[in-house]
Amino acid sequence: MIHEPSSIAVIVFALFVAVTLGLSFYLGRRARTAAGYYAAGGSVPWFVNGIAFAGDYLSAASFLGICGMIAFYGYDGFLYSIGYLAGWVVALFVIAEPLKRLGRYTFADALDNQFRSRAIKLVAAVSTLVVSVFYLIPQMVGAGVLIKPLLGFPHWAGVLTVGAVVILIVATAGMASTTYVQFLKGSLLLLFSGGLTILILQRGLKADPSPEAAAPQTVTVTAEGQRLVNGKPHGKGEGQADLRPVGHVSKLPGGVSETGPLGPVEFLSTVRESEVVLWTSKRTTDDAGNTTTTYSPKPTSGADVLRPGNSPTFAGLQKESISARLNFLSLMLALFCGTASLPHILIRYYTVKDGAAARKSTVVGIAAIGCFYVLTLYMGLGAMTGGAVDVSNSNMAAPLLARTFGELPFALISAVAFTTVLGTVSGLIVAASGAVVHDVLTGCLKLEMTDTAKVRIGRLVAVGVGLVAVLLGIVFERMNVNYLVGWAFSVAASANLPALAMLLFWKRTTKQGIVASVLAGMVSSLGWILLSGDTFNDVYGVSAARSPVPFSQPGLVTIPLSFAVLVVVSLLTRPKVT
Amino acid sequence: MAGLDHSHLPPPEKRDPAAERYNSRLGLILFAIYLAAYGAYVVINAFRPALMDQVVFSGINLAVASGLALIVGAVILAVLYAVRCRLPKGDRA
Repeated sequence: MIHEPSSIAVIVFALFVAVTLGLSFYLGRRARTAAGYYAAGGSVPWFVNGIAFAGDYLSAASFLGICGMIAFYGYDGFLYSIGYLAGWVVALFVIAEPLKRLGRYTFADALDNQFRSRAIKLVAAVSTLVVSVFYLIPQMVGAGVLIKPLLGFPHWAGVLTVGAVVILIVATAGMASTTYVQFLKGSLLLLFSGGLTILILQRGLKADPSPEAAAPQTVTVTAEGQRLVNGKPHGKGEGQADLRPVGHVSKLPGGVSETGPLGPVEFLSTVRESEVVLWTSKRTTDDAGNTTTTYSPKPTSGADVLRPGNSPTFAGLQKESISARLNFLSLMLALFCGTASLPHILIRYYTVKDGAAARKSTVVGIAAIGCFYVLTLYMGLGAMTGGAVDVSNSNMAAPLLARTFGELPFALISAVAFTTVLGTVSGLIVAASGAVVHDVLTGCLKLEMTDTAKVRIGRLVAVGVGLVAVLLGIVFERMNVNYLVGWAFSVAASANLPALAMLLFWKRTTKQGIVASVLAGMVSSLGWILLSGDTFNDVYGVSAARSPVPFSQPGLVTIPLSFAVLVVVSLLTRPKVT
Repeated sequence: MAGLDHSHLPPPEKRDPAAERYNSRLGLILFAIYLAAYGAYVVINAFRPALMDQVVFSGINLAVASGLALIVGAVILAVLYAVRCRLPKGDRA
């Protein structure tokens, strides 16, 4: 779809970016020491840190990806909301306090607390870098997605803009400014998502039984590279055509044409009793080399929409396919174990003063994140039935839904989502730069550095990581951002969680066990992802049937594998009692 | 925004092994409760997805009701944990 830029959106957007940058510069001038740059001096109030947890965690994936997935496939997107929140239970009840006691700046500190091993510092830092970069890809893709309808920029320019702003934030500021930006963004995200949900409930549901609303659409890219939509050249001018926005209810219960305002429970029960038009897409290439994507309407009962198994990812659940079931179990396990292993979440435990503050801020974080995930169900279903979805890109559903309520809600939601990307990306880059400077350079290579040098090199690393993220964000443009985050969770859960958990609860854990477990988890999960059917299909453009692994999500195999490696290596290398 | 001087880390926290043991046990109990609920939810979705279609109240099916319950349940357990946890000796008011 071609999106017209709107001047009000541009103004609100510029204002948000200016405030974010202003705050960063102001706080950044105060971050002269390494403790200030990497851990905000451990002096962030717990409530601010709690909302900042929500800010860090509710990334572009949660907001754009989950809403988009629910808008396209219904309940399947909500499964991610549940998994993402459940992961916080592991973080709060098992990991938070010991981690806070054991470390200072990075999660490698905690892993290495009793061993003082360079190898642990090195593998933990590498794992932090890998997970951060994996997590950065969807954020950058999300940024490109947002900028497109807002400013009318192409995807790559959007990614580049975010990259530039974030590099500026992180290179000048550090953890304190990142925290306050996250606090601001977390609060605004909750507030505006709540507002949007109220608007959705107020509007209620409307049926559109017209055949035009459910006519199939096609996009053809000819062998010469020309783009045709529904057989005409792509554009908004005369003789041209653009994709029609979709997403509507075809039948409401009782045959009424609209419901009027609905309560939160009534909204869900009415969707369940309605018929909604979902869309499927199929790509074909003819002998002349023209590739056509056909988007076909699929009237679906609300009962089907509100149960698992509508998305291509989970379709096999309804067909009782074993590999689909294993894939599902694997993803839900990775989401459960992943949160407590994400480096940018773990470092947030070091920005508060003690264990009690870490605990309280996690509770605030869980409450804020829980509220938001409940709202994703309404925003996703609102987009599914609101008539504004871009059938070619699921990531745009939430901002386009906001546009149906006017340009101002659209501008506000887009600007908040953009700040969301900025905040999460800054957090990830600080985590990555902390890993390089604190764990690799001073921890592993034992380089003597002054505090100023640590901060300066940290900023240089931040610029480097930012540039890598920009490149990957351009390459992965077409993938659902939420799906990509699922991968980051799998790698984090496989590489980091077994080592962290065993260190805390199994006294026989040895340093060799930790190193082997982090390496085994990281290499096996990355390898599995690169060989998975989804990667074959979406990234390499090869048939998924040629993939050598039985299902796409690695967690079910690689998390237990990493635990097993830790136990075996620890038993083999246990110190001899004399 | 108390304490905008973020330049130095605070002194290490006082240790109290008894409180740490108590908090850790409480955390593990609550974790086990949640793990059982989440595990049941995931297993039903994977092996008996048709069950998720059953309406449980006011036109809401089990899929939506159990999903929302898992989210709200996590928040309730978190608050319970924060209220019941012990502070290190000497920090208690």
